[in-house]
Amino acid sequence: MIETLTFTYPASAHVARRAHVGVVASGNCELLLEPSPEPSASVTVRTSVGGYATTWEAVLARFFARHSIAVRLEIDDFGATPAVVAMRLEQALEQAR
Amino acid sequence: MSAWDTRRIRKNQRLARAASYVRSGVFESGDAVAVLESVLEPGDRVCVEGNNQKQADLLSRALASVDPERVHDLHLLISVLGRPEHIELFERGIASQVDFSFSGPQSLRLAQQVADGRVRIGAIHTYLELFARYFVDLTPDIALVAADEADASGNLYTGANTEETPTIVEATAFRNGVVIAQVNRIVDRVTRVDVPGDWVDLVVVADRPYEIEPLFTRDPEQIDDVQILMAMMVVRGIYERHRVRTLNHGIGFDTAAIELILPTYGERLGLRGEICTNWVLNPHPTLIPAIESGWVQSVHSFGGELGMERYVAARPDVFFTGRDGSLRSNRALSQNAGMYATDLFIGSTLQMDPDANSSTATLGRIAGFGGAPNLGNDPRGRRHPSQAWLEMTSSTHEIRRGRKIVVQLVETFRESGVPTFVEHLDAVALGRMAGFPIAPVMIYGDDVTHVVTEEGIAYLYKARDVDERRAALAAIAGVTPVGLLADSTRTQELRRDGVVAFPEDLGVVRGEAKRSLLAARSIRDLVTWSGGLYEPPKRFRSW
Repeated sequence: MIETLTFTYPASAHVARRAHVGVVASGNCELLLEPSPEPSASVTVRTSVGGYATTWEAVLARFFARHSIAVRLEIDDFGATPAVVAMRLEQALEQAR
Repeated sequence: MSAWDTRRIRKNQRLARAASYVRSGVFESGDAVAVLESVLEPGDRVCVEGNNQKQADLLSRALASVDPERVHDLHLLISVLGRPEHIELFERGIASQVDFSFSGPQSLRLAQQVADGRVRIGAIHTYLELFARYFVDLTPDIALVAADEADASGNLYTGANTEETPTIVEATAFRNGVVIAQVNRIVDRVTRVDVPGDWVDLVVVADRPYEIEPLFTRDPEQIDDVQILMAMMVVRGIYERHRVRTLNHGIGFDTAAIELILPTYGERLGLRGEICTNWVLNPHPTLIPAIESGWVQSVHSFGGELGMERYVAARPDVFFTGRDGSLRSNRALSQNAGMYATDLFIGSTLQMDPDANSSTATLGRIAGFGGAPNLGNDPRGRRHPSQAWLEMTSSTHEIRRGRKIVVQLVETFRESGVPTFVEHLDAVALGRMAGFPIAPVMIYGDDVTHVVTEEGIAYLYKARDVDERRAALAAIAGVTPVGLLADSTRTQELRRDGVVAFPEDLGVVRGEAKRSLLAARSIRDLVTWSGGLYEPPKRFRSW
């Protein structure tokens, strides 16, 4: 069962390039981040573990509050903990700058 | 006229009752139950050698099989309640009281026995504290210990796993208790004398070699990128910053990751010889690459580690070894060394509260904590200075003291999304349930100087007051209930003041946190690093 979650955050800053981080493995996740022409960050999460929508929202809201970047972000999740997701988000930003 | 030698008289009576089973100090393993029934008296304090590494399992199995009509209400003294028969002692009514340190594998069953009123826990100790009480108010009447070899005089050889045997035996033998040793074999001449024969009363050849657990073997295959990121932060933000040379590492994969990036990341930073030179540590296989790369000057060990025997014997400049060449470990002395002579302890926990109190006790499990409370505390008797110790104080007063660096290394969430940072430790409710006067806290928050998560480092020793301490911890607590209380403006201020550091503040690039940074990525790599001297137990071999 794959659950799909979408989130949108207002954003102003731009990133230089696309980024691809993470791995397809249990307890991990894969992120694809691309610059967006829209003044917002739109996020799609496809997760194999249901029932964690509020946790995803908390992790993503914190990240985009810290970094107001206009991007399209796709996350394929294979049961990553919030700790892993937070690190992957920061890694993607490091690569995209 | 009062008698002054009642303990000696009782000891002689105990041994006399068992005499028919004993020839030249030795009895048969088949008579173990009968010997224990003869020697023991109701209410005795019995110290069973059982710790997180070796176990006197022939003797503990025999003890669990005695007739509860004859032997009951024993007071069990044991480092680790690790085997099923330890709990059977309570189930069968043989023992009714216990003082111990750790009960990892039996923590659930122990909690049930306490709830059912079958056993009363005196206290949960740290190892050194429990050993100390053997010489004060918990001196054993009987000690059941394990060794590799005995000779005709009762001299014991304990191989690489001397651990706590001499300490238990000393406390018992010198106050007229009875010392019974199970050995793997009897020889003409022991390989090395680890316990002198006149401290030992009875010897039995075990039906099988004593049980031993390779507890400190961490397979590098299982180390993930988050642990590597945290290891990088520790190296830069703590070891490099404070020039930490003397230290102890906990047992987890996160500290194994630190050991494995010293020869790569640490080398690139030019830190060889500057940090991590002198260790109090079991022979961790994951330390092999750092040793082989010339990082490590010395290692003193609490116990041995299965498979590391030949490697250790081949590196006598680094490890403490006997004339026979093999490792000499000693848990009491190593705990003492770790408390007084190291500048840093780093370990992990299952839960941490907003004041950085931590515990591995969770609801329904009385797990205890082993060595961490001893290694992870600031010994106020310390008088020798070092750069790292002095950096923990900002005082310029003419009278000042430094402080031990105590680091807790935790991911904000454990597997299956359980938060590490919580408002209240489960230990509080657990302590109340078990009737303890104090909650079983592993490391008190006021002893913790640094907390590291995947988000960053909280330099708690720098906080000016309790409020700032809590804010610093919340700043790195991610989206846990504690972390969600963090205020982003306040966090920016704390970063500016150096009370909190994120990876970018430490010069740590998150994208470098990859398994390719590990000097060894598998057990097989460790074998290669050791030149074939490390012989991993079968369960760790995939080839």
